[in-house]
Amino acid sequence: MVAQNIAFGIIAAAMAIGAIRVVTTNNVVHAALWLVVVLGGAAAQYVLLAAEFVAVTQVLIYVGAVIVLFLFGTMLTRARIGRADDLNNRQWPIALVVALALAGTLGYVLIDAFGKHELPKDPAVATTQQVSNSIFSTYLLPFWALSVVLTAALIGAIVLARRD
Amino acid sequence: MLINQFLLLGAFLFATGVYGVLARKNAVLVLMSIELILNAVNINLIAFSLNNGSDVNGMVFALFIIAVAAAEVGVGLAMVLLIYRNRRSIALSELDAMKG
Repeated sequence: MVAQNIAFGIIAAAMAIGAIRVVTTNNVVHAALWLVVVLGGAAAQYVLLAAEFVAVTQVLIYVGAVIVLFLFGTMLTRARIGRADDLNNRQWPIALVVALALAGTLGYVLIDAFGKHELPKDPAVATTQQVSNSIFSTYLLPFWALSVVLTAALIGAIVLARRD
Repeated sequence: MLINQFLLLGAFLFATGVYGVLARKNAVLVLMSIELILNAVNINLIAFSLNNGSDVNGMVFALFIIAVAAAEVGVGLAMVLLIYRNRRSIALSELDAMKG
């Protein structure tokens, strides 16, 4: 258990630094690359939490596809890739206060509610087979709906971005 | 492992994402902050899934959220592209056509 806690601490620290850099850096491309650190760290946390399939999906979709989309978006919407000093709103101090209040509230509530609640020591790891069985039986209708949503989003994105 | 260490990490990511959404002017950076928020939710879901004895329901929900996030970012970036094409800028503070 100690090894897991050490791994958690290292990954969580990397994720925290990455998340802070995503919202504070002055360079859009650097923000996308810091986001890779956060998303990859999340995948590692999923492995720690015995959810391998979700971890692999996270790497495939987020690190593989979403980040590439972000970099494309950056390329297509900015003539100059590099530092920019106008990325923050004027009211960013208010946003900071809101975020700190939110973090404080959530932290207080979580510590109050769960305290020293331990995760199960040796959980029965859910296999990919069980996950897919669940998707294709219990969650079949939501899965279909999600397929329609993805198709609609795909067509919608093409229609929106088309030049005519 | 305590469940709280994962939940607190999720809370931290969520608050950071909220800060990004509120403070950033660049539309692409706002979309990135939304990804931070969605990831915070996913970490919570997987943590509770393990807490309930590796319950697959939490994992399925997380997978659905990942898919919806991918759709959202595709449409969102297409909209950002359209805004850029029409206005030569993606600064959200300049999108004030509907301001009363």
